[in-house]
Amino acid sequence: MLAMNYRGPFRVRAEQKPEPEIEHPEDAIVRVLRSCICGSDLHLYHGLVPDTRVGSTFGHEFIGIVEAVGPGVQKLKVGDKVLVPFNIACGKCAFCKQELYGNCHESNPEATAVGGIFGYSHTAGGFDGGQAEYVRVPYADVGPLVIPEDMHPDDAVLLTDVVPTGYQAAEMGGIKKGDTVVVFGAGPVGIMAAKCAWLFGAGRVIVIDHIEYRLDFVRNYAQCEAYNFRSMTDPVVFLKKITDWFGADVCIDAVGSDAAGNAMQTITGRKMMLQAGSATALHWAINSVKKGGIVSIVGVYGPTDNLVPIGNVVNKGITIRANQASVKRLLPRLIEHVRSGYIDPKAIVSHRIPLEEVADAYHIFSAKLDNCIKPILIPPSARQ
Amino acid sequence: MDLEKKFSHIKGWGVDADPDNEPTYPMKKYTGDDHQRLNWDRPVQQTLTAEVLHSNERPEVSAVFGTTCPPSGWSGKIRRYAFKHSESSYLHWLPLLLADRVNVVEGIADDLRKGHIPNIFAEKGWKAEWKYNRTGLIKKVTVAALVTTAAVLITKKLTAKKR
Repeated sequence: MLAMNYRGPFRVRAEQKPEPEIEHPEDAIVRVLRSCICGSDLHLYHGLVPDTRVGSTFGHEFIGIVEAVGPGVQKLKVGDKVLVPFNIACGKCAFCKQELYGNCHESNPEATAVGGIFGYSHTAGGFDGGQAEYVRVPYADVGPLVIPEDMHPDDAVLLTDVVPTGYQAAEMGGIKKGDTVVVFGAGPVGIMAAKCAWLFGAGRVIVIDHIEYRLDFVRNYAQCEAYNFRSMTDPVVFLKKITDWFGADVCIDAVGSDAAGNAMQTITGRKMMLQAGSATALHWAINSVKKGGIVSIVGVYGPTDNLVPIGNVVNKGITIRANQASVKRLLPRLIEHVRSGYIDPKAIVSHRIPLEEVADAYHIFSAKLDNCIKPILIPPSARQ
Repeated sequence: MDLEKKFSHIKGWGVDADPDNEPTYPMKKYTGDDHQRLNWDRPVQQTLTAEVLHSNERPEVSAVFGTTCPPSGWSGKIRRYAFKHSESSYLHWLPLLLADRVNVVEGIADDLRKGHIPNIFAEKGWKAEWKYNRTGLIKKVTVAALVTTAAVLITKKLTAKKR
């Protein structure tokens, strides 16, 4: 089968590799109809995540058709069209029982800090991902959901990660009616977080980024304010000023380890890798939120350390809430929201690219060429 | 001012507003199972068919795991060393980053061994760069060419001086 193949930082290609097999009674094999490149895939692509092995296939946002199931699979059947949450969850451990499906303890031997994730390095379990024609899906009765008949496939594929992550970012913000919410990052997750902040009753939503075309997009899509931090001397002072020198009620970090905007963070985090990526967005979030405010983190960081002003967290009495999105928990509500027209996920898709051109797709997304917001990869077998 | 009226132009405004959304709920629906520790009814154990390294912060491998790209070669040796140390230690993560870089060289050697010369430019997506950022690409190539030429000329000059 054709699959994306990681060769090293900034180097990927499409290549033939053996089709996956059932390796556990609760496995399914899914033929992929489309998969996305996620902003967090770029952290892998840039070589920032430890234990990213050459030959791996990325991709944790995909939908497809069930081609085979293991003997222990009861609910899914061959031919079902499913969307597959990015978290691999057993449904039985203490964490899954608490609906913390992003923290499953039975899907990742390599690290205890994170549950299994499709195509996200051996630090997240060493599973191949969905940027391929076929993918092995463990615990097939737990995560995958049969796509409702009336749902557009682009909406379905974005419900595997982007929409739930953006929604949970807003949810974790504990937004109260009338709150001012600042979202750092106008990538797909930041765009979705801004959109969802309104659903929780935000009174003002502000997005900060430095890519003009993305700021234009989010301004229209999420009906919010959007500012370029390159055009201001200090984004923290700017945010204090426009919130009556009080600070935002809630700040959301939707950037993670690839953040721009601070030379010291960029050099030590992204270039020299002395810390787990650049923590500029988190730094700004902590310093821009009001005393007693909430900082919600969904941006992805590596597992080592980051330089953040933890003293300010203490002195300001900030609550930090963070997690990988619990996709399975959120899906029923989010499907309702898509049906009600409150969220239109497919509107953020900017590129549909054949899987064969995966190297170009990664470069377009990484270098933000051609006004790219969200690229989708289509395998050859899905185009016939 | 009535907030609902103010934001009536935003579809779905406030539908998920929940005054009880305090820290932890609904992120965590506490069940009390935490006190049972790891003694849940475990899923069937996947059979080990490849070498799978596991964190020393857990007693054994998880019930399922990925079997792609098992550790091999020099990078594999470094990874095995890394997994002797906990996720809390630099001696875990820094060797893993080193192993990843060694693995890149192994990947190129493997390609060559199979008679495949990797097209680094295609793998880096330069076709897209040519299509969407031609000026930038020309600038990059020009700067690289100038720097290389300067380096060659300086080296030649220094070598001639030594003679």
